[in-house]
Amino acid sequence: MTAPRLELTGVTKRFPGVIANDDVAFSIAPGEMHALLGENGAGKSTLVKMIYGVMRPDAGAMRLDGEVYTPNRPFDARTRGVGMVFQHFSLFEALTVGENVALGMNAADVGRDLNDQIVKVSDAYGLSLDPARTVGSLSVGERQRVEIVRCLLQNPRLLIMDEPTSVLTPQEVDDLFKTLRALIADGCSILYISHKLEEIRAHCDTATVLRGGKVVGHCDPSKATARSLAEMMVGMELALPKKSAIDFGAARLTVNNLSLPADDPFGVSLHDISFTVRAGEILGIAGVAGNGQGELLDALSGERTTQNDAILLDQEPVGSVGPTDRRGLAFCAAPEERLGHGAAPDMSLWENTMLSARSSQGMVHGGMLNLSAAKAFAAKIISAFDVRTSGADKHARTLSGGNLQKFIIGREILQAPRVLAILQPTWGVDAAAAASIHRAIQELASNGAAVLLISQDLDELTAVSTTFAVIAGGRLSAPQPTDSITVEEIGILMGGTQQHTSAGTTS
Amino acid sequence: MDLLQAILQGVIVASTPLVFAALGEVVTERSGVLNLGVEGMMIMGAVAGFAITLDSGSYFAGILGAALAGALAASVFGLLTQFLMSNQVATGLALTIFGLGVAALIGQGYSGETTPALPVLPIPLLSEIPFIGPILFVHDPLVYLSVVMVVGVTLFLNRTRAGLILKAVGDNHDAAHAIGYRVVMVRMAAIAFGGACAGLGGAYLSIVQTPLWVENMTAGRGWIALAIVVFSAWRPARALMGAYLFGGVTLIQLHIQGLGIEIASQYLSMLPYLVTILVLTVISYDKTRAKLNAPACLGRSFYASS
Amino acid sequence: MIRLEPRKDVSPAMAYLAPALAVLVTACAGTLIFAALGKDPIEAMRLFFIQPLGDWFSISEMIVKATPLILIAIGLSFGFRAGVWNIGAEGQFTLGALAGGATALALYDVAGYWVLPLMCITGALAGMAWAAIPALLRTRFNANEILVTLMLSYVAVLLLSVLIHGALKDPEGMNFPESRLFHDSATLPILFEGTRAHIGFLAALAVVGIAWFTLGRHIFGFQVKVMGQAPRAARFGGFIENRVIWFSLLLSGALAGLAGVFEAAGPVGQLVPALPVGYGFTAIIVAFLGRLQPVGIVIAGFVMALTYIGGETAQIEMNLPSAITGVFQGMFLFSLLGIDVFARYRLRWGKSSAQTAKG
Repeated sequence: MTAPRLELTGVTKRFPGVIANDDVAFSIAPGEMHALLGENGAGKSTLVKMIYGVMRPDAGAMRLDGEVYTPNRPFDARTRGVGMVFQHFSLFEALTVGENVALGMNAADVGRDLNDQIVKVSDAYGLSLDPARTVGSLSVGERQRVEIVRCLLQNPRLLIMDEPTSVLTPQEVDDLFKTLRALIADGCSILYISHKLEEIRAHCDTATVLRGGKVVGHCDPSKATARSLAEMMVGMELALPKKSAIDFGAARLTVNNLSLPADDPFGVSLHDISFTVRAGEILGIAGVAGNGQGELLDALSGERTTQNDAILLDQEPVGSVGPTDRRGLAFCAAPEERLGHGAAPDMSLWENTMLSARSSQGMVHGGMLNLSAAKAFAAKIISAFDVRTSGADKHARTLSGGNLQKFIIGREILQAPRVLAILQPTWGVDAAAAASIHRAIQELASNGAAVLLISQDLDELTAVSTTFAVIAGGRLSAPQPTDSITVEEIGILMGGTQQHTSAGTTS
Repeated sequence: MDLLQAILQGVIVASTPLVFAALGEVVTERSGVLNLGVEGMMIMGAVAGFAITLDSGSYFAGILGAALAGALAASVFGLLTQFLMSNQVATGLALTIFGLGVAALIGQGYSGETTPALPVLPIPLLSEIPFIGPILFVHDPLVYLSVVMVVGVTLFLNRTRAGLILKAVGDNHDAAHAIGYRVVMVRMAAIAFGGACAGLGGAYLSIVQTPLWVENMTAGRGWIALAIVVFSAWRPARALMGAYLFGGVTLIQLHIQGLGIEIASQYLSMLPYLVTILVLTVISYDKTRAKLNAPACLGRSFYASS
Repeated sequence: MIRLEPRKDVSPAMAYLAPALAVLVTACAGTLIFAALGKDPIEAMRLFFIQPLGDWFSISEMIVKATPLILIAIGLSFGFRAGVWNIGAEGQFTLGALAGGATALALYDVAGYWVLPLMCITGALAGMAWAAIPALLRTRFNANEILVTLMLSYVAVLLLSVLIHGALKDPEGMNFPESRLFHDSATLPILFEGTRAHIGFLAALAVVGIAWFTLGRHIFGFQVKVMGQAPRAARFGGFIENRVIWFSLLLSGALAGLAGVFEAAGPVGQLVPALPVGYGFTAIIVAFLGRLQPVGIVIAGFVMALTYIGGETAQIEMNLPSAITGVFQGMFLFSLLGIDVFARYRLRWGKSSAQTAKG
């Protein structure tokens, strides 16, 4: 029997106050697609950073093809034939594809004919790329190809893929797996990190499940059910949120032919967006990141104003109303980025209530602040939404992602909005917090509010939303009832206007 | 040599301190660091260059000393901003205040002294070209050095791997770190280079242009160099052009005074500053363009969190 | 190896301790500099930092110097919190002195209790107008306010020089470039007999009080804080960036202008080309050293005033160059900025990398 491509024994990594990886052991055979499965915070990223030489383990050993493997930096990893495609791409928007590829390779491997090689390799694996284009002008899927080609040019023996599909359309995911299959056929091993159970079941040969930094099991994912994998990951039995059949009331939020030019060279313009959300309805908007979601939320929160009659709240035009007055009309919003957008990181939680709730909760009188009202409201959010913190005086940045998200969603929901628009409410949030956020959203809707939920997470949308639409290239598909739509349809809608996604231009 | 030739030749001399300082700052900013201490580094270079030249009698030692003094001052800035993660704007201001103070302190013993100006070194053949020759090729060695450095930095940024890494660090420091580049080290090098260039610019003032030491002799040129960097859209060749433009304005002001036009000299002295404001305003007007050209990480602190 | 590791919570103790430590570090560095200059460092430090505190006149002189520093720094602190970098307070100070002084000279033959208030108003308005230029250029044309404010301060000093050589020159002054001495009704009342400390100091303290209240209890203070920390969160909160830019520039311009009037109508008593002596720049250090907090700024204003007085004493008694004051001020800011890191990060010895655990 040949030595495993990669073998880990007793790998441990400690951070102040937390053990990120505790005695992790598993091995990957040559030509194997090995899944590393776990929730956010389970220690997957830390583990692969050690394999790629970004961090060093405190204890334990790694062997590559039977030989001791102790990479001190990514350079060493690449020299030994280990490549990595990052979840958050490590690309440089101002530079060209060719320059980006060159930067990701060891200097010795960069030849004069690099651009020809890029074209050759990308054609061989069905990844079409133009080396002269600026990365800033590429779509997300194309950017990932740059990362992959960068690895392939160094003839990797092990390729690490960190959450590669979270930003892709279903069709792009299929293309990616075709490429990965071709690599496997050439004898390359792949370490595939994900929390998406279906694709792991469909494509991976073996799986290692991490929870709280420890390996909690190995399995053959094609023989396991999604539910059993999920329960291994979470460590408890899952209760999925239930949709109760409700009759929708009158239209609360109406958007008519909303168009908005991009305000950023890398941004997306909105084109002719129209939809209606009725009382009790949760309209889910799916789409690949960077297709106008942020811009749509900015228009709804009032951060960017539009023509007055493009947005109607209970039939009243509010498009040109600013954020403060819009909240005064009980039209609330929660953005995607928690730290720095939804909340000011270095301000206390009670100060953060004044960001969006100051008028509805009587925190300002003639310009003077009523600090006790802010503190009382913060305390109310903390108890109602089970925010784990030692007090309202704590700075926003000291909270975990899930707890801060609960605080922000709670801040908006407790203002009893007529309409609530939220973007990616459970991005990077643990499963328990996500479930409670979903419950809160559904409860708000069942009390007669209209909710707009924009998310990239299809599982979340199908579980929570009652109506469904897809945004691509700044255009919105016609909303339809969630239970009538299939994943294939969603995929086509998401990918259908891909040519519009590269809206950015460069000089 | 007619008047026009003399003026154009003078423009190059007047502009050379700005060329050095702006070129250095282009490199620093391309790595993602905003060093507002150019004025302080220039004046340190000016005093160091003058003092060393006078004491040692060697121009070479003076010029080298000025570059080292600028680099040293820049390294203090680098230490604070890169290792101690201090605010770049505030630290740059501190560097300027500190530099002006230290330079005045060192220069105290040198006021009133003078050195012979750096000799002019006409380039054989080229200086014979009618009209253009005397303008471009009859200068002191530092003028040639400034142009050579502009060419060198352009090639470095566009043709070398090290230049590519520098631009990458300025564009996305997190990605550069993830791929395995040492962001802080790259930036320290860029900061030190920027300081050395500013030091050279200062030395040009004190041992070529005047040549003597006067307190606050940089008179805001470091700040003008910062404006030139914005004007240049972070490209060395355009920084050279920008510097010559500003140098031209400074010189025109002197010539108007020479022509005996009835206007208070102070109004003319305001010209370079007013032109800077005007140019800056025109250049910055197109927000999108400004955003596309500026290094994406400019002014942001880097902390290796992964 | 020593590494820095981010603190979850900013350490409040360090935040207050840092300025004190910065003073200490500067003092240590100062002894080295004095030793390098061949002076007795202990004696020099005593002259610099201790001697001025020992007599009443020196203290009153500290008040004279601290008054403009505090006034200007309070104005700047709002902008600095919001990320609006007005570093041309020197120019606004000069314009304020110029307008206030011109008012006093225009009313040279008029005596009245209303002359001084009128001077304060024209001075503050002139400072505001000077600061309105960068505000307009930043908000309408996106031009960097750091460079514009700075360039304008050079222009302001030249403008003062033009006018003192021309329109505002003392007709009986034997062609010296200075204005007439202001009349009594255009001169600030003195606080303590026999000193130069004037009631402008009380005005500065009142401004400190108002600033303290605004920062903690008024929506404007909140806006400024959010805008500086998290501009996107500020926009989400419905705050308009341009309005904050305008407001903080106009405010700092007005206060710098007022400081200029006080300087002209107080210790100087006339307009001279050397009126701007760098208070506008030193106030930047005062603002940071005072942690951008109103009360901190008062303390920092006095510390900086001490470096002026101490510098003068050292100059006279030990024949030290006057530039030493600038060196000390620069070192103050450097050490404060350097020490500040320990409020946000803690030192760790050993190899363990300072990384945060992320899934």
